[in-house]
Amino acid sequence: MRSLALIAALAGVASAAPPGAVRVAGGMYTSPLPQGAMADVAPFWLDREPVTNAQFLAFVTARPAWRRDRIATLYADPAYLARWAAPDRLGARARPRAPVVEVSWFAARAYCAWRGGRLPGEAEWELAARDAPDDISWYEQPVPDVLPDISGGAGIADLHGLVWEWIDDFSAAPSGEKMSCGGGAIGAADPGAYTTFLRFALRGALEARSTMSSLGFRCAYDERSR
Amino acid sequence: MGTRTATVAGVLSKICLSLVVVAAACHREPAPPPPAPAAPPPADVTSTPTGEPIVAQLTSAPAVPTRPYRQHPAHVIVNLVVKEVIKEISPGTRYAFWTFGGDVPGKFIRVRQGDVVEVHLKNDPSSKLVHNIDFHAVVGPGGGAMSSMTAPGHESQFTFRARYPGLYVYHCATAPVPMHVANGMYGMILVEPPEGLPRVDREYYVMQGEVYTTGAYHAPGLQDFDMNKGIDERPTYVLFNGAEGALVGDKALSAKTGDRVRIFIGNGGPNLVSSFHVIGGIFDTVYPEAGAVPQHNVQTTLIPSGGAAIVELTMDVPGTFTLVDHSLFRAFQQGAVGQLVVSGPTRDDLLTAKQFDRPYDGTEYAGGMVVPQISAAPTGPLDDAGRLELGKATFGRICAMCHQPQGQGVAGTFPPLAGSDYLASAAHDTIIGHVLHGLQGPVTVNGATYNGAMPPMQFLSDDEIAGALTYVRSAFGNHLDAVKPAEVAKVRNRTASAP
Repeated sequence: MRSLALIAALAGVASAAPPGAVRVAGGMYTSPLPQGAMADVAPFWLDREPVTNAQFLAFVTARPAWRRDRIATLYADPAYLARWAAPDRLGARARPRAPVVEVSWFAARAYCAWRGGRLPGEAEWELAARDAPDDISWYEQPVPDVLPDISGGAGIADLHGLVWEWIDDFSAAPSGEKMSCGGGAIGAADPGAYTTFLRFALRGALEARSTMSSLGFRCAYDERSR
Repeated sequence: MGTRTATVAGVLSKICLSLVVVAAACHREPAPPPPAPAAPPPADVTSTPTGEPIVAQLTSAPAVPTRPYRQHPAHVIVNLVVKEVIKEISPGTRYAFWTFGGDVPGKFIRVRQGDVVEVHLKNDPSSKLVHNIDFHAVVGPGGGAMSSMTAPGHESQFTFRARYPGLYVYHCATAPVPMHVANGMYGMILVEPPEGLPRVDREYYVMQGEVYTTGAYHAPGLQDFDMNKGIDERPTYVLFNGAEGALVGDKALSAKTGDRVRIFIGNGGPNLVSSFHVIGGIFDTVYPEAGAVPQHNVQTTLIPSGGAAIVELTMDVPGTFTLVDHSLFRAFQQGAVGQLVVSGPTRDDLLTAKQFDRPYDGTEYAGGMVVPQISAAPTGPLDDAGRLELGKATFGRICAMCHQPQGQGVAGTFPPLAGSDYLASAAHDTIIGHVLHGLQGPVTVNGATYNGAMPPMQFLSDDEIAGALTYVRSAFGNHLDAVKPAEVAKVRNRTASAP
C-alpha cells in the first residue's frame, strides 16, 4: 500500500493542480496597445479566485515580517492593510471571503512565493481574462467602504469587476504621454476598448510599494513548479 | 573774501543769464518741449516670487474667486482633490461623475500672470481610477498631464509658471480621455493680466458639457456611460454646470438692473461646440475664445470644445434671461438651459409688455390665388352636395396649383381642364388613374401637346378625388358626368393588387 501510494504521489507531482488553481492553456497574446509586444504564452496555472483577506491573514501570521506594524517602509506605503482592524485581525471592513486589498507588489510577490507560485505576467493575465465578462459600469463607480465577497462563479472567477489585480511586469505598462490625451489612441488596435485603456493606465501609474483600496492580486504557478 | 568774489560772480552770471533769457524771449524761439512723462514700468510678470506662498482660494461654480491684487508674481499653491462621486443630473436620474473638487465643473482657479503655481493633485483613496490634469494654460508636454498621473490614495505635485494671460480649460487627460472628460473632469483656470480685467459688478462661472448614458433622457436610476453614443456624438444630456437645474429657479444667477455682468463660460465637451446665447440679452463685449481682442455687440458666440469665452452684458431691463446653447434641441430636450434673473424697475422705454390684443380677420393678404378655407373634415358619409363642396375645396388647394383656378392651364406646360376634349373623351378609370398615379409622357389636349409630369396623389381620399373630378367636370363650362367614390376605390385597389 505504501509503495503504491508513493508511486501515485510521484506520478502526481508533475501534473497535480496547485490547490485552488485552474490550468490556463497557452496561446499567442498581442497587446492591445501599440507599445506592447506579441508573446507566445506557455500554459500555466492561475488561482481560480483572488487572494482573500483570510488567506492573507494566514500569510502574515506565518511570516510576521509582512504584518503592517512590522513591514519595512520600502516594501509598502502607509496605507498597507489600512482597513484591517489590527495588524493581526481583519475586522468589519475586511470580510474573510472578500479579496485582500491595500497590498503592495512586494507583499503580493511574497505571498505567492510562500504559496509556491508567483504573480502572473501581463500576457498571462490578459490572456486568461480575454473572454471574462467585463462591465464598464464597475470602472465608473467609486470603491465601496466594505468590499463584497468573491462571487465564486465557474471557471476563473472575478477577473474583472471586483478588484484590480497586480501583475509581475506592471512597470512595463505604458505611462506618461503614451497614456495621456489622444496619445493613448495612436496606433491602438482597438481605441474602443475603454476598459483595457483604464486597466493599462492604472498599471502605468503604480509603483512597487503602492497600495490601493481596490487593488488585490491572485497567484500563478508554472506547469512544473514547486 | 572768496565769498564776496563768488557773490559778485554769481550776480554777474545771473545778469548774464537774464540777458540771455531776455534775448531768447525777444528772438521768439519756441520754448523747449516739456520732458515726456516717464513711461510706466512694464508690469512684473517674470521676477522670482519672494515671501510666503499663497494658498489659492478655489470656488465651485457658479462662484468665482476674488481677483488677485498683486504687483509681483507670487508662489501660489493649488490643492485640487479628485473625487469620484455619484450625483443627480436630473431628479431621479443619477450618474457616476469623476470630479475635480467634488463638483462638475471642477473648481475655478484664479492666478495672476507670472505666478509660480505649485499644483497638488490628490486622488481620494476611494477612487477606482488613476487621474491626472492637463492645464490649457501650461505650455509643455501634456500641459502638466505627464507630471501628474496620480493613483487613488496618492498625491502628485508639479509646478509651472503662468506665463500667458487668459481663461483656460483644464481637464483630466488619462486614457481613455473622452470618457474621463465626459464623466465631468473639466474646469477652468483664469490667468489674470497684471493690470486685472476691467471692473464689473458681478462675475459668474458656467461650463457646458455633455453626458452620454445608455438610458434615455430622464430614465430614472443610476445611468451607465455609453461609449457608442459618445463616438456618434449623440449625447443624452447637454448641461450647464453638471446638472439640469444647476442654474434654474433658486439656483439662478442674479443681478440688478444697471449691473455689468461678466460670465466666464467654458465648454468641457467632450464633443460639441456651443452656440452660447442669453435670450433677451446682447453681449456688449465678448472675448471670443477667451483671447485678448474684444468683440462688441454679439448675440451668440461660439465656444469650442475644450475652449472658453468671456462675455459681458449690462442688464438694463429686469426679468428672467435664459442661458442656452442655441443649437436648440440641446436646450429644449437635453437640458442646456440656465437662468439669469435681473431685478429692478421696469423699463417700458426699452421694451414694453404686450400693448394691445385685437382680432384679425385674415384679409390682410388679398393678392394671388384665393385659397378657400377648408372647414373641418366632415364625419360620416357625404351626400353629393357635400362631396362636391369637398371637391371644390380640394381642387382649390391642390389641382389649381398647376391647372389654375379657372382650369385654364398654362400654355405649353399644364393642360387646361376647361373645355378639355381629353377630359370629355377619356374613360372615368383613365382620369382617376391620372390623379392616383400621376401622368408622364406626351398628352394632347385641344390640339396642343403637353409633355410634363403630373405627380401621383394617392394621399387624397376617395371622396376628395371623386369630388374634385366631379367639380372639374361640371365647372369651367364643362358638362360632364360625375365620378363616384366607389369608382375611385376600384381603380385604387386594382392597381394596388396588380402584379
